[in-house]
Amino acid sequence: MTFNGILQIVFFMVVLLALVRPLGAFMARVFQRERTFLDPALGPVERFIYRLARINPDEEMDWKANAVAMLLFNVVGLFVVYALQRLQQYLPFNPQGLGAVTPDSSFNTAVSFASNTNWQGYGGETTMSYLTQMLGLTVQNFVSAATGMAVLALFIRGIARHSMKTLGNFWVDLTRSTLYILLPLAIVLALILVSQGVVQNLSPYTSVSLVEQTTDGQGAKVTEQIIAMGPAASQVAIKQLGTNGGGFFNVNSAHPLENPTPLSNFLEMLSIVLIAAALCYTFGVMVGDTRQGWALLAAMTIILVVLLAVATWSEQSGNPAFTKLGVDQHASALQAGGNMEGKEVRFGVVNSTIWATVTIAASNGSVNSMHDSYMPLGGMVTLVMMQLGEVVFGGVGSGLYGMLIFVIVAVFVAGLLVGRTPEYLGHKIESYEMKMASLLILIMPLTVLGLTALGLLMDAGKATIFNPGAHGFSEVLYLFTSQGNNNGSAFGGIGANTPFYNLTGGIAMLISRYWLAVPTLALAGSLVKKKLVPVSAGTLPTHTPLFIFWLIAVVIIVGALNFLPALALGPIVEHFMMVQ
Amino acid sequence: MFLKSLRTSIITIVLFTVLTGFIYPLLVTGIAQILFPGKANGSMLMKDGKVIGSQLIGQAFSSPKYFWSRPSATSPFAYNAGASTGSNYGPLNPALLEATAKRVKDLKDADPQNTRPLPVDLVTASGSGLDPHISVAAALYQVPRVARSRSVTEETIKSLVDRYTDGRQLGILGEPRVNVLKLNVALDEMKSTSEAQ
Repeated sequence: MTFNGILQIVFFMVVLLALVRPLGAFMARVFQRERTFLDPALGPVERFIYRLARINPDEEMDWKANAVAMLLFNVVGLFVVYALQRLQQYLPFNPQGLGAVTPDSSFNTAVSFASNTNWQGYGGETTMSYLTQMLGLTVQNFVSAATGMAVLALFIRGIARHSMKTLGNFWVDLTRSTLYILLPLAIVLALILVSQGVVQNLSPYTSVSLVEQTTDGQGAKVTEQIIAMGPAASQVAIKQLGTNGGGFFNVNSAHPLENPTPLSNFLEMLSIVLIAAALCYTFGVMVGDTRQGWALLAAMTIILVVLLAVATWSEQSGNPAFTKLGVDQHASALQAGGNMEGKEVRFGVVNSTIWATVTIAASNGSVNSMHDSYMPLGGMVTLVMMQLGEVVFGGVGSGLYGMLIFVIVAVFVAGLLVGRTPEYLGHKIESYEMKMASLLILIMPLTVLGLTALGLLMDAGKATIFNPGAHGFSEVLYLFTSQGNNNGSAFGGIGANTPFYNLTGGIAMLISRYWLAVPTLALAGSLVKKKLVPVSAGTLPTHTPLFIFWLIAVVIIVGALNFLPALALGPIVEHFMMVQ
Repeated sequence: MFLKSLRTSIITIVLFTVLTGFIYPLLVTGIAQILFPGKANGSMLMKDGKVIGSQLIGQAFSSPKYFWSRPSATSPFAYNAGASTGSNYGPLNPALLEATAKRVKDLKDADPQNTRPLPVDLVTASGSGLDPHISVAAALYQVPRVARSRSVTEETIKSLVDRYTDGRQLGILGEPRVNVLKLNVALDEMKSTSEAQ
């Protein structure tokens, strides 16, 4: 790793961690319905929404009512996105005259954006009208993220409260997350991105005459270049902040009009993990002990940094096959070096691997380099991070409630080892909680591995694999790992826009979002009823370095037990073939 | 509970659609068009009143008198800015190694005397297929060929490369790089000014 590479990584981590406390404290105020500096501007909008939707913000609901509200809201949103895609040819803001999206692709995309996965089976600039991008995709970027944050807020209240029945009001948490957190950050970020060169307009694609004419695959003359346009900045800002990840253009943030400069890249990377990281502090504030939040953040950060180092080392080492051709892959003052297939010169290796690691960690799924072209171990890092269950930062909201499930498991296992009744923040962890937690941990690997096996058994699954050999297996594994964890990135070579992958992937995304969110709320509903257990000499402290490492161990052991055999068939065997 | 929640869902979706799907992007578009009109519309490069490209989108060059951009995986022709894509070749894919070997050969055939090692970015396809930049090493590699084809000294070309080299942003972010389109346009202008003299 180069000196500047390390410097860029350190700079990134320092800026990120410095922002955790101010943003985390602000979000705690939002969830606790306290006054913020945005109230004068947004308070009237908030009250207007409550009045029109007939929401009583002071009414609290139990976990079941909240779960029903969350599910219905998502189902309605899903239908809107589906309908927009099917009808876009009749609707305005479609200067390219793009036709209706196919039913299976529309289903997959609707699920994808509602579930905060943002898997893209389609190419943005060749498929979606500006109206679909704005009213369908951008809206879901906001509300799917806000859904995750609302579920988290309800879950945290389940932990913070005792001897109660209600968790809060989903509608209020949804509205306040969107209005006070996502919208202001998105407006600011979008405008900074435009200042760097991200396009933001409603014009048709622009045609320019080339400086030197070229020829296409058939040898015909090409004298013009058609440059895709559109309201990109506004969508890029929220796709990063809301851990959505669905790009405006096909290649996502590798596209120079979506991510033109190193500064735009830095801010987009920061936005990927910013809210997820700050929510740890928010959690600490809401349970009345910020050390608890810092402990979770520490565990996440340690896993992230270790995997980031592996990915960066792997990519910076380059491709041995290129060296044999006389290609220079050494980093120097004149070039970034390393494996540059699928990477952009302005980002080089380091900014590509930081992005790859955080986008996978935070379940964002946007990319600024092509993961399919990563070296075997670099590619494996991205797989492993998803297979840990998207709890290292994870999606906004969903990542932290996923991590809190692991905390409950960690506390339980530790309790068994020393023979004490396990407890977490004053709640006894009993059989019902453990059943829900086990369910939450087992659903994901079952979905991912089951569907991967199905894809490899069926001709429809094997037909569109792009790369030969072990790498082709990794493409299928990556596809279902990504959709089964609501990540949304891809080993992009695989032809995923087929009825088979659109339907199976859609099912994986539905399961991984809603089958996890509902048991999570049920768990919160059970915790909130429990009497406060006072801290005693026998209580396991959950903010110490010992507990942090224990938590990391539990996360890694569960992930490794589930996925090591599958990884051995893909990236691991590919690595050994390469070094042979 | 069900019907009440359903009604609330429908109303809130409509409200959020208006707010985040309509007002938000149009507000950002409006402000962007006032504050940064050039950037918001694609950072276009003009010459003689004609748009000749975007500063942010690469173009393909194949004549020896121009600097060549990185290989591009877009179809049906390289640097098709209407359909961005990377190659998505895995690192051990024989097709990747074949393509790379051909690019190495093409570059060497275009400049047989040049014995410097080939910078990796010049023989690998970018993620977007539209990368406007090459590394400084990749520009310097091509200096002798361009100088010879234009019958000017290597120093002249090298100073032009220096002028179109962008350093790390804020001194730390990203990688040093050369904008190929801007450099090539400058090469052509250099020719026309020297002819005018």
